[in-house]
Amino acid sequence: MPGKDVKIVGFLCNWCAYAGADMAGMARMEQPAGMRIIRVPCSGRVDPLLVLKAFQEGADGVLVSGCHPGDCHYGSGNYLARRRLELLGRMLPALGIEPERFHYTWVSASEGARWAEIVNTFTEAIKDVDEGS
Amino acid sequence: MLGVFICQCGTNISATVDTGAVAAAAAGMRGVAHAESIQYTCSDPGQAAIGAAVREKRLDRIVIAACSPRMHEATFRRALERAGLNPYMMEMVNIREQCSWIHADTGEATMKAVDLVRKAVARIRAHVPLQGGKTAAVRRALVIGGGIAGIRAALDISAAGIPVTLVEKSPSIGGNMARLDKTFPTLDCSSCILTPLMVEIKQHDHIELMTNAEVDDVRGLVGDFQIDIRRRSTCVDEEKCTGCMICQEKCPAPAPDDFNAGLCQSKAISVAFPQAVPLVASLRKQYCRRFNGGKCRLCQKLCPAGAVDYGQEDEVVSRSFGAVVAATGYGHYDWTGSYPTFGKGLYPDVITSAQYERLLSASGPTGGLIRRPSDGAEPRQVAFVSCVGSRDESAGRPQCCSVGCMYTAKQAILTKEHIPDSQSYIFYIDMRAGGKNYEEFVRRAQTRYGAIFIRGRVGRIFPRRGKLVVMGTDTLAGDQVEIEADLVVLAAGLTAAPGAGELARKLNIACDETGFMAEEHPKLRPVEAAAAGVFLAGACQGPKDIPATVAQAGAAAAKVIGLLSRGELETSPMVSAVNPSRCAGCFKCRDVCPFGAIDKDRLADGLVTARVIESLCRGCGICNAACPPGAISLNGYTDKQLLAELVEVLR
Ligand SMILES: Cc1cc2nc3c(=O)[nH]c(=O)nc-3n(C[C@H](O)[C@H](O)[C@H](O)COP(=O)(O)OP(=O)(O)OC[C@H]3O[C@@H](n4cnc5c(N)ncnc54)[C@H](O)[C@@H]3O)c2cc1C
Repeated sequence: MPGKDVKIVGFLCNWCAYAGADMAGMARMEQPAGMRIIRVPCSGRVDPLLVLKAFQEGADGVLVSGCHPGDCHYGSGNYLARRRLELLGRMLPALGIEPERFHYTWVSASEGARWAEIVNTFTEAIKDVDEGS
Repeated sequence: MLGVFICQCGTNISATVDTGAVAAAAAGMRGVAHAESIQYTCSDPGQAAIGAAVREKRLDRIVIAACSPRMHEATFRRALERAGLNPYMMEMVNIREQCSWIHADTGEATMKAVDLVRKAVARIRAHVPLQGGKTAAVRRALVIGGGIAGIRAALDISAAGIPVTLVEKSPSIGGNMARLDKTFPTLDCSSCILTPLMVEIKQHDHIELMTNAEVDDVRGLVGDFQIDIRRRSTCVDEEKCTGCMICQEKCPAPAPDDFNAGLCQSKAISVAFPQAVPLVASLRKQYCRRFNGGKCRLCQKLCPAGAVDYGQEDEVVSRSFGAVVAATGYGHYDWTGSYPTFGKGLYPDVITSAQYERLLSASGPTGGLIRRPSDGAEPRQVAFVSCVGSRDESAGRPQCCSVGCMYTAKQAILTKEHIPDSQSYIFYIDMRAGGKNYEEFVRRAQTRYGAIFIRGRVGRIFPRRGKLVVMGTDTLAGDQVEIEADLVVLAAGLTAAPGAGELARKLNIACDETGFMAEEHPKLRPVEAAAAGVFLAGACQGPKDIPATVAQAGAAAAKVIGLLSRGELETSPMVSAVNPSRCAGCFKCRDVCPFGAIDKDRLADGLVTARVIESLCRGCGICNAACPPGAISLNGYTDKQLLAELVEVLR
């Protein structure tokens, strides 16, 4: 369905990714309007069930983003997240969800441009899946 | 009863989000008794409007759609407290950084804002009042880095009666300022300002000074950091050494002279510089003959104090601190890689400004006589090249070094004072002289000292007949220029201090894209780093001159004093809590907790359940995500709250 609005849920850790998204805002970097950010203290707080719930509720895509490996505010939360989300990503096709709709990545507090880029490319990737290309 | 306030933020939000429409939509949401759009919600009238609505409509929870919660969450929590509500019965919606500032279309932005408000309204229904606790704070501060920033911060903190440990990586405190000759804009001698302060540090009863030392490991959090400090072996007993320098005189092994920026050689065992504090020698094993297979033991034999101990090992000391000040300063940009047309460092008479400071200084290798390195001749024509590795996209360094214009003007003035018949040429992009009395200073360099300013970049530097030819453009005249100089001084940019990133990681604080340590907010929290209880002073936060460095160090000190003066700290109630009737006793939570904050609890009926040690919990919520039966949850970020948000944004 070309033109359909893409709705993405983004779970962002407070210390890095959320701050990075703020940084993109401060630099007035235009982004697609479909991203809905939910702030969490740490990417390690993101229960895979929350991700699945988001898909169940009709999200076109789910993004989880936290601090770069080694930079976690709590030391190891992002490593735990990576382990859980990696597994989750592999399970998704079995549940009938295209793997392109799920993405986890790291963004630091100073990487506003990187954040804007991620929102853009992820949104495009989901549009491609929707259009079946 | 719920109140919703939509901030216009002047026009920052209302220019792209129809705040009136958002307020109207909010008024129709479930449980909302009051919704209005306010010009500046954070202002006094804005906060008063919240208070009035709370009283009139008996509101018990508030949603505020405004800027990022990272900016004003604390402000609005206080506003709620003043209005008589529990401060945690508030939810912020970010419709500025993450909405109005990143979308151009008003329709789209307004729709998104409504979505975001709806999710907050749903979420806040699951809020419960939270109460923070109190914990004792250790009354001791750690200052990392002994440049002028660290020195000033240590003195100011200790003046309030709070003991300080000052950790300096190199053998002496003083930092980069100790290497400067005279300082702009007053031209007072750097040593005359700095050395008395260095001595004061050494003599202060409440300051413990550790040189040749670095932070090894950081545990704990604000109020009670446990920090391991590694004191590197110098093979010299600091208590015994008198600083007589006999060892240095007799040592046969040459080693680079860091203090003199590599302009001359020092020895493997040496005192960093004559005014060093502490005035003790240290031995650098990598240059010492004894440590490289030789038999030499001269220093040990000759030391009248018996201070040389080849067997000395690194020592790790652990201390508790209530707060930390990072003051690790800056490093010098290595220009040789990115400017091949400047000779890659192969021409001895192309030097950096930092080296030139040493040539100007009476305590430098030439005793304050300007002598060019190649042949020791006194230069007549000196060319200064600004912005080498600054404001240069092609070198990948777009940032301004913020002090180069000023110190180059200073060095031109000092050149003329040293050599009255000399001529200075300054290639510059723009003269940036924004500080108090700075513009006047630059003018003086031009008018009284006759420095010739050429606006434009230098393209090439090459030797010709014993001189250096500096080729550049004069963008004002629209011409090529060629200067024949005896000495060329490059104003190389300032970088983050070597190792700053690693230290930041240990302290759990962020660095910006240029590698300098990042403040929480440039205006609201300019000396606070991302981790509570860690503050920034001086050039570690970004290039700056001495007046700004000293001011910032004072500010950081004031923050430390404010934090530690009450003896106790408020703790965040956003910690995990266990519902014992659901807990299966599997202790997955304990396995994943990075802070050891989960304990076993034996209930009256013999069941073993998890219990959160609140003083150790940092509120990451990792346990919450790991708990199979959902028995442990993070206050403020419960499953219920997150699910409510999720469902609403996808409605
Ligand atoms: C060529 C030149 C000329 C200048 N002239 C002037 C002038 O005339 N007037 C003026 O106002 N400003 C001048 N400046 C700027 C001035 O040097 C700085 O403002 C000032 O030195 C900053 O002080 P600081 O304490 O923040 O950093 P620094 O002086 O860099 O001190 C940092 C200290 O921290 C130590 N350190 C680093 N990392 C660690 C670690 N991990 N652990 C422990 N210790 C560590 C370092 O060894 C150092 O002692 C000049 C700069 C240059 C480059």
